[in-house]
Amino acid sequence: MSNTHVHKDYHGAKLGMWLFLFTEVLLFGGLFVLYSVFLSKYPLEFHEAGKELDVVIGTLNTVVLLVSSYFVALAISFIQRGDKKKAVLFTWLTMAMALMFLVNKFFEWKAKFSHGIYPTSPHLADLPHGENIFFGLYYIMTGLHGIHVVIGMTVLGFMVNFLRRDIITQEDFVKLENAGLYWHIVDLVWIFLFPLFYLVL
Amino acid sequence: MSEHNGHILSVKLLTAVLAVLLLLTFITVAATRVDFGYLKVVVALALATTKSLFVILFFMHLKYEDRFIKIIVFLCFLILAIFIGMTFLDVAYR
Repeated sequence: MSNTHVHKDYHGAKLGMWLFLFTEVLLFGGLFVLYSVFLSKYPLEFHEAGKELDVVIGTLNTVVLLVSSYFVALAISFIQRGDKKKAVLFTWLTMAMALMFLVNKFFEWKAKFSHGIYPTSPHLADLPHGENIFFGLYYIMTGLHGIHVVIGMTVLGFMVNFLRRDIITQEDFVKLENAGLYWHIVDLVWIFLFPLFYLVL
Repeated sequence: MSEHNGHILSVKLLTAVLAVLLLLTFITVAATRVDFGYLKVVVALALATTKSLFVILFFMHLKYEDRFIKIIVFLCFLILAIFIGMTFLDVAYR
């Protein structure tokens, strides 16, 4: 392939990714609107229900995601310099942080379940209406976010493979950049989920 | 094709951004343990917005993108703000 000219539209590739990210922003944006409308309707119930959440796990997961964003940004910076080894290493580390996030989330949800707090549980049905709504939103929003973490991890896995096979190189790294953009959006959503669910209540 | 290699962020800059983000996270946690009443939500969201600006500008590289991408990112958040604003007008005057 080296002597055939392959046209790559770098700008178009990035623009496409940003356009996709806008749909993600609006998807989560809709849920944030729902959250804020119910918060203004049931402030006391939200306050009570919010006490159930573990601030320590929430803070830990925030730190984990911020560090993961840093790692993927480093991976891009290294491939731009032609340091393939470090780019691979930091993409792996980003995935490791994503996994750590999910493990924390698993234990958090498990603890909630053992307290009888899960969708359609009899305990939730007995709680005041506002608290029930709070946990509904909690599971939908953190669940949808969790799905994004899993997708992000998978995408990063492909990136490790692409780096190894020199599909992503110093000259052509837009795939890794776009994967990074996706990963940062996952982090951005959490930056808002964390204070709204774990802190303000 | 290497005309795009343009801007490489230094490890130093990225590390500084991470430090700011971690610091703001701990400020958020500390600030919301104090009882501000309703202001709490405002403080928490203001800090979250500041954090996301750092992520978008540096980690997501927006500071170094061309004007067109900057404008459409701004428009996206403007639309979200209008969406949220209109919903609140509806909720407030219902």
